[in-house]
Amino acid sequence: MPDTNQELLVVEDLIKHFPLKGGFMGRTVGWVQAVNGVSFTMSEGETLGLVGESGCGKTTTARLILRLIEPTGGSVHFDGHSVFDLGKEELRALRRQMQIIFQDPYSSLNPRMTVGSIVGEPLEIHGLAEGRAKEEQVATLLEKVGLAPEHMRRYPHEFSGGQRQRIGIARALALEPKFIICDEPVSALDVSIRAQVLNLLGDLQADLGLAYLLISHDLSVVEHIADRVAVMYLGLIVEMASVEDLYANPQHPYTEALLSAVPIPDPAAKRERIFLSGDVPSPITPPSGCFFHPRCPVRIPECEHTVPELTEIFPGHQAACIVRQAEPKTPG
Amino acid sequence: MAQANAQTADQVLVEATEPYRPWTELARRFSANRLAMGGLVVIALLVAISLTYFCLKLTGRTWPYDPDATDLASRLLGPSAAHPLGTDQLGRDVLSRMLFGAHISLTVGFVAVGIAITIGIIVGATAGHFAGWVDNVLMRMVDIVICFPRFFLILTVVALIKPSLWNIIIVLGLTGWTGTARLIRGEILSLRERDFIQAVRALGANAPRIILRHLVPNALTPVLVSATLGVAGAILTEAGLSFLGFGVQPPQPTWGNILTEGRLYIFDAWWLTIFPGLAILVTVLAFNLVGEGIRDAWDPRLKV
Repeated sequence: MPDTNQELLVVEDLIKHFPLKGGFMGRTVGWVQAVNGVSFTMSEGETLGLVGESGCGKTTTARLILRLIEPTGGSVHFDGHSVFDLGKEELRALRRQMQIIFQDPYSSLNPRMTVGSIVGEPLEIHGLAEGRAKEEQVATLLEKVGLAPEHMRRYPHEFSGGQRQRIGIARALALEPKFIICDEPVSALDVSIRAQVLNLLGDLQADLGLAYLLISHDLSVVEHIADRVAVMYLGLIVEMASVEDLYANPQHPYTEALLSAVPIPDPAAKRERIFLSGDVPSPITPPSGCFFHPRCPVRIPECEHTVPELTEIFPGHQAACIVRQAEPKTPG
Repeated sequence: MAQANAQTADQVLVEATEPYRPWTELARRFSANRLAMGGLVVIALLVAISLTYFCLKLTGRTWPYDPDATDLASRLLGPSAAHPLGTDQLGRDVLSRMLFGAHISLTVGFVAVGIAITIGIIVGATAGHFAGWVDNVLMRMVDIVICFPRFFLILTVVALIKPSLWNIIIVLGLTGWTGTARLIRGEILSLRERDFIQAVRALGANAPRIILRHLVPNALTPVLVSATLGVAGAILTEAGLSFLGFGVQPPQPTWGNILTEGRLYIFDAWWLTIFPGLAILVTVLAFNLVGEGIRDAWDPRLKV
């Protein structure tokens, strides 16, 4: 049981099932099990990478943590406060501490507002600054993310994707949060711009002591910036370890397959690719036992019935796989 | 960027600290559109005439003639220096009548559409933002209102109550909001899932702020166009009601009833129908041009 007072963020058994409407009069005919019991902790100033395929529940997890959607079950403690039990006003106060940066810089900024109003809005909402003082703060924020103060009078469409993402980062920084969820912050950007934005995120972390939950399907991005990595599959975390351990010695067969798919920028390099058979099962009717067993290259008959727990295999290295729990893979 | 960097630090500071005004930006883009500016000039002129003659009417003065003064000796005279737009079957000066009737058309147009748009935005935004059963109830209400043929509903209402100017405006307003409500609701349903709305929610904004500052402004473009068409439509509806005798009652002049009375003399006195008809045409056109101008200026993506 993690101590909810010590860690910055404690997520316990987070569940979100979306109702599936259909049939006569829009009855609920099923449930999409988007998040199926996710638990992890984060400390201040840490970066946790959350990786997984599209549709595995990464973004839903992020929105649950911020309580942008209501959970089906589980709890989130931020800085000792239970996020799901907060009243309207307390939640509003807590939102100053946790912010989000979105994937698509084209839809995350209100096209009708100038950059100044967008970045200044958090200050307005929380009554922190007005008029001249607000503009000065906005100018400072824009400079912090590598834009110029005079950009505040322009509209989002006048900027490139990378610049827009910087505007989104400035907006998230306005309230001086401790924790920022970066939901695929660079996957919509050109490869040439990605490093710039990632470096900006890194610099800001060093300056402001931010904690990041970095959601990505790009393993190289996560390797670049994260301290620890959690791998998600069908709404569950299947493996969690420090970046070094996870990349050097993946335990869960799904993680192995993911890592083997990362391209190496060397045409002469040879390595074994692990190809997974079949598709990701539907989150409406997930498989029995271990969700990964229909596609797993190392499965044993028991996998069909036993739901694997996320347990420590090496110190600080957890994996949810009964095969590897019995017989850990050694590096090399 | 390069241009910005070339500026001196002082310039940057001055520019940055100067308050930004989205409306001047809107006005700048709008004024670059010649047709829209033409429409705006026409509307401004009409508003000026309406206000002037409304004041004249209140103080009991007239110019160039008394719109109600009959002079049977000079009935059905064509346009001349004395009567630039001729006289009608009772010898009343058509120009005077049209000038004194202008404010009726504009009042009907603006106020009726004002009422309709206000109701439509409130209903549509509420339905779109809260969705679920709220949306269901409100949209079934819209369906019920749409079931009544509007023109005949108005005819029935003015047959039951006195057909005064304000009654007509209120009925037009109360029946005209459904289109706006549907437009706004549809726009907002698609907007509320967009990331920037999620971002504002994550910042801790409350529902009124999200609706008024983020959802409605982004949903307004199609409404503006439908509103300008609505103004034109309301003016035409008033003329139609006057034509059937259910509009503003004679002898009070409106463009609609001047046109209607002139209909009987269309082959003998063309000026009785042509001039009020032209006035309605120009007004309707002006509103449409301005509406499109605003749409273009409001949507920053269209003009870069």
